[in-house]
Amino acid sequence: MTGTKKGIGMKYAAGIDVGSTQTKAVLIDPARAVVARTLIDTGANVVRAGQRALDGILAESSVDRADVGFVVGTGYGRYKIEAGDTQVTEISCHARGAQMLFPMTRTVIDMGGQDTKAIKVGPEGDVLDFCMNDKCAAGTGRFLAGAADVLGLSLDEIGEISLRGTKPIRLTSVCTVFVESDILSHLAQKKKMEDILAGVHEAIASRTIGLVRRVSMDDEVTFTGGVARNIGMVRALEGKLQTELNISPDSQFIGAIGAALFALDHVFAAERDAGQVSKEPAVWVDE
Amino acid sequence: MRTEVADDKDYRGEIHELSRNIMTDWMAELKDATQTSVPSAYLMISGNCVEILRCFDILPVFPEINALQLAIRKKSLPYIIKSEEIGYASDNCAYVKADIGFTMCGGVGPDGNIPKPSVIVCNFVGCNVYIKWFEHCREMLKVPMIMLDIPFVRDGVPSQDDVKYVLCQLNELIKECETLTGKKFDIDRLREILAYSARAEEGWSRAKELCKRRPAPFDSYFDSINMMGPINALRGTREAADFFDAVVERYEQMVAKGMGVTSDERFRTVIEGPPPYPYYRNFRNLFENWGAVAVQSTYSTVGGTWEFGFRHDPKNPLESIAEQMIMHNLCNRSMLDRYKQIKTYIEDWNADALVIHSIKSCRLFSAGQGDMREYFAKELGVPTLMVESDLEDPRYYSEAQMKNRIDAFFESLQYKRIREGEPAPAQA
Repeated sequence: MTGTKKGIGMKYAAGIDVGSTQTKAVLIDPARAVVARTLIDTGANVVRAGQRALDGILAESSVDRADVGFVVGTGYGRYKIEAGDTQVTEISCHARGAQMLFPMTRTVIDMGGQDTKAIKVGPEGDVLDFCMNDKCAAGTGRFLAGAADVLGLSLDEIGEISLRGTKPIRLTSVCTVFVESDILSHLAQKKKMEDILAGVHEAIASRTIGLVRRVSMDDEVTFTGGVARNIGMVRALEGKLQTELNISPDSQFIGAIGAALFALDHVFAAERDAGQVSKEPAVWVDE
Repeated sequence: MRTEVADDKDYRGEIHELSRNIMTDWMAELKDATQTSVPSAYLMISGNCVEILRCFDILPVFPEINALQLAIRKKSLPYIIKSEEIGYASDNCAYVKADIGFTMCGGVGPDGNIPKPSVIVCNFVGCNVYIKWFEHCREMLKVPMIMLDIPFVRDGVPSQDDVKYVLCQLNELIKECETLTGKKFDIDRLREILAYSARAEEGWSRAKELCKRRPAPFDSYFDSINMMGPINALRGTREAADFFDAVVERYEQMVAKGMGVTSDERFRTVIEGPPPYPYYRNFRNLFENWGAVAVQSTYSTVGGTWEFGFRHDPKNPLESIAEQMIMHNLCNRSMLDRYKQIKTYIEDWNADALVIHSIKSCRLFSAGQGDMREYFAKELGVPTLMVESDLEDPRYYSEAQMKNRIDAFFESLQYKRIREGEPAPAQA
């Protein structure tokens, strides 16, 4: 953690979310408006991914690095972000980001590459409770990727196709390892691709509902993470939860937005320490 | 508020070193027994009747301690795999698998210096998997086995018939010990041994009571584990009783000086479940990073729930042993009794949160922890974190995922305090 004086006179705050699959970075101004966003594949070099993502938002916004008051890292690679001033878990970041985009959010479902989380959120975007899938990646974005691979489709198209399914197949498990053989057996039985994909999405939705029930769902529900872009997953979850989900075009960036909001707290705190008056309270100071 | 802290050597060193010393002496005694004809016996930790064995100078050997020693030294996995090769399933108890694998490989203890037992005493208390463990040991080691059948306590209080039933079995055990050792049972010797037990139990309780103070003088999960050797394996000896006198003296001094286990006790937790022994130090660090101190824990009561007042009674020796085996330990009681125990800990020890470490390979005691989480989080409003790995099998532990959950949990608690007006902690 760097000194408290950092951020004096600065305007911008950055959040970098280094996920298992992709790295997202967001730059926000003091009015909390997103001024730049970058998304890149994380790859094997996590340190480099964090730096490249930061470079990306600086280039897109033409903001100097010196004008970024504070950088918060989140996601599994958060401790590897050399440019980051501190780290906050993605659970707190998704809650905070979702609450900013949808202020009535009380439940967040975050579905990423390797884990799925259900987060109960307070009115201020604070985490009241959360549940995650266990160590295994069953029922996460990785499972969808496995299903897409075996069907020779891209991740972007499987959601749409699944909506055409009328008789969803029942998968024996949501195990990422066994999905391939499971789907192949259904193909051998001449099952339609759309019914297979409808079954795949239903299987993940069922597993996710279990997590949501454990934290007890309250409206409104905001769906975040990369999988929230998948319309098939959105509809499957809405069907099971019997409620409409909040989906932002920035769904993939919500963790990074939350991180940037925490970074902005630090910018304001530094300004306040320097005697500059701010209307925004510094609500978060991590160790 | 920052408080004075004993430095690492001071607060951890003194008591830990004392514990290590007397446990090392016990191990040396076991090693000597491999060269002599001193009899030894396998026994389980939970609700054990070690005092009866001591009365006949039979050295107790605890396969659970062997297993955890393997795990903490990061030696357990090859033995677990060895057991799986002969058919143990991946979700069987990993304590069992590590010990069986090790025995298959010709060793009987972490350093290979523990004697082959003269007899196996299966004091089945709550865990029926252990019966199969000890039965397999009997098959491999070709030694006699004495099976004790302890009725499970479902509704809080055992019946008089339950106590009589166990007493009959203890009398049978005594006869078997007489035959094995050629010694006559001396009830006065047993009374003397039980007096040492009671003194150790009193010291343990007084020490735990001190954790009601703020700051707590020791971590009643991680530091208590170091005291579990003396209270469980060495109970009934003068050394264990003296050890707990020293423990109380040390921690009372710390309380008098306002010293805590950490300089900045920010969160007080109650922890349910055993630790992940293969990553014991890492796991502790994840809590220490947040200034989180366990003020009570259920795992430390596996051998006995001494802090609720029960003491072995030299005036009623066998009756008190039977009673302790049946109901004054964690494992032989119902899940609802465990709820009550945790609720008392949270209220009386002023805890902020409950942490449940669920054990993948122990379905017997982990089953129901999902409901436990619901009960404490939703019905009682106690912030509750549930994490999962294993006490013995390193394959179930993922540092990144564990850290993520623990950090997120304490972040949320800290965030709540800041929202409620508490100043943010000083930046590092």
